[in-house]
Amino acid sequence: MTPFTTVTGPAIPWLKPNTDTDLIIPIQDLLRPGREGLGERCFARLRYRPDGSEDPDFICNRPPWRGAPILLAGENFGCGSSREGAVWALMGMGVRAVIAPSFGDIFFANCFQNGLLPVALPMEAVRRLAEGQGANATVTVDLEREVVIGPDGEAIAFRTDPLRRAALLEGLDGTGLILRHADAIAAFQARAEGERPWQ
Amino acid sequence: MFDRIWDRHVVTEMGGGWDLLWLDRILLHDLSGGRALREVAEKGLRIPHPRRVFAMADHAVSSAPGRTAASFPQGALLLESLRAECAAQGVTLFDLGSAGQGIVHVVAPEQAIVLPGLTLACGDSHTCTNGGVGALAFGIGASELAQALATQCLPQRRPGTFRIRFEGARQPGVAAKDMILHAIHRFGADAGTGMAMEYAGSAVRALSLEQRLTLCNLSIEIGAKFGMVAPDDTTFEYLAGRPYAPQGRDWDAALADWRSLPSDPEARFTRDEAIRMEDIAPQCSWGTSPEHGAAVTGRAPRPEEARDAAQSAAWKAALDYMGLEPGQPLLGTKVDWVFIGSCTNSRIEDLREAAAMLRGRRVAEHVTAWVVPGSAAVKRQAEAEGLHRLFTDAGFQWREPGCALCVAANGEAVPPGARCVSTSNRNFVGRQGTGARTHLASPATAAASALAGAIADPRA
Ligand code: SF4
Repeated sequence: MTPFTTVTGPAIPWLKPNTDTDLIIPIQDLLRPGREGLGERCFARLRYRPDGSEDPDFICNRPPWRGAPILLAGENFGCGSSREGAVWALMGMGVRAVIAPSFGDIFFANCFQNGLLPVALPMEAVRRLAEGQGANATVTVDLEREVVIGPDGEAIAFRTDPLRRAALLEGLDGTGLILRHADAIAAFQARAEGERPWQ
Repeated sequence: MFDRIWDRHVVTEMGGGWDLLWLDRILLHDLSGGRALREVAEKGLRIPHPRRVFAMADHAVSSAPGRTAASFPQGALLLESLRAECAAQGVTLFDLGSAGQGIVHVVAPEQAIVLPGLTLACGDSHTCTNGGVGALAFGIGASELAQALATQCLPQRRPGTFRIRFEGARQPGVAAKDMILHAIHRFGADAGTGMAMEYAGSAVRALSLEQRLTLCNLSIEIGAKFGMVAPDDTTFEYLAGRPYAPQGRDWDAALADWRSLPSDPEARFTRDEAIRMEDIAPQCSWGTSPEHGAAVTGRAPRPEEARDAAQSAAWKAALDYMGLEPGQPLLGTKVDWVFIGSCTNSRIEDLREAAAMLRGRRVAEHVTAWVVPGSAAVKRQAEAEGLHRLFTDAGFQWREPGCALCVAANGEAVPPGARCVSTSNRNFVGRQGTGARTHLASPATAAASALAGAIADPRA
């Protein structure tokens, strides 16, 4: 997992509610092994025209947001399918943090597995950040201090689950974390299989 | 009930509100299963409990009559890797051509792989379907899947609970699908984000087990991670004698345990809502989120009626994509495709419900209509009952089990701009194919629309 500490850069204002993971990455792009090239396919149905050429009007294709590290989004961002490819595609396009009022739950969990930071802020704050976007505007997301700094210098505090925050700051491996409890797992298994063998 | 099952599966507390949760079952499918198993092997680990893991060939397999893996070459590569990893690690695979093959969330209850009181995880958001038998079943991503396979556990936080009580009797023509579409429309696509839904009330008690699976299937479309119905005699009768159900003394012990699971009347929920059944009519979605719902006799909305600018913009974009005018009545809107299938509505009762509308009638000339049974077992049963004849005589294609047009990951797709009434669960932009326009509805509404060649009321 890629550790996350702090990131600064332009923030793409994409405030539509209910952006689903099918829209973030079409399933047809996830049929090959590996994650290479997924960044090119992020938001493919919006980013490219039917003939395959880039749509210059789509926000992620326009300066200063092409390759921007932060995405500002509307409610329920990442809802729908559990495909982790949505996170890989966003990261492949250069996004390291998504700021939205709420997230699809599985997407939210997937973010932490890969080093993409989802920041939950009230819609009002997201809107203020979006309104401040323009040619040279940047936003900073600082996980150590748990604060977002807007283009006008406004500091907005956010909260992250402490366990997830620690794992993200250090880039910890999930399997390793679970296996620290190997003895408890073995004891649980023995007891559960005795009590309810059909389970 | 939810807390009871959760508590039973806590291996240890990890601090900060995290529990290490034991998983009784892990399900895999062809899109991500091979990769997840390989990831475990690459870490130098072996999966500790292969008998608790089951794999299916469903997402990226052709549904064409007479199909083989080679019918969709990209999918064949994924399936090949899943076969190799399952063989190497001792996992049961319900492969193409086997008697048990089918969509993962159709097969698990049908084979009694999932049972009341169990925990189950799968790399698929519609895993919540399995909660229809009274299990705690949830969808996860690829990383968590690999961790679960390597350890049989996952760190999880206990979610909030959201109960919806459906009270009263179903009106004529109203299916479980209509109940849940109505609820999503009423409460919103993020009303239950991350929560555990429990469906209760007299109308839910009266549902068959298969209808409860349909109800739980769409829990993720209200944002929830889990969907559940308390197990009862309907559940136990359904499970008895199925291939992986406990036998003999184990069955008796299991039954006694399961009877003790259901909610006590004093249980508290984070959110508790009631819906009167007389308020629910057959539904048909109009837009590109499952919350874009309406009665089939209703209309597409006008963006100026939205609650705020963001919703108004979203409605406008959805109407544009769907090729609908603001305020347009849904009834009579011309339809090009009809799809009856998916883990929402591809079980035997769904096919019976649709077939019953078709006897002696023909699908409209301009409509392409498909039935994709959810599993090989459903297909056999339907053929034994002669349902396939009713479908084919009416002009439907009778196809091979899999996800097919629900997700268009198998080389099959609804063409750009075509309008499809679908019994699946997602009407997202491009879900059934680039540019495809999806209207979510029940099997009866889908069948009625196929006959009319336009969105139609199943009661008419
Ligand atoms: S039928 Fe559709 S929703 Fe169900 S598992 Fe397959 S792709 Fe997912």
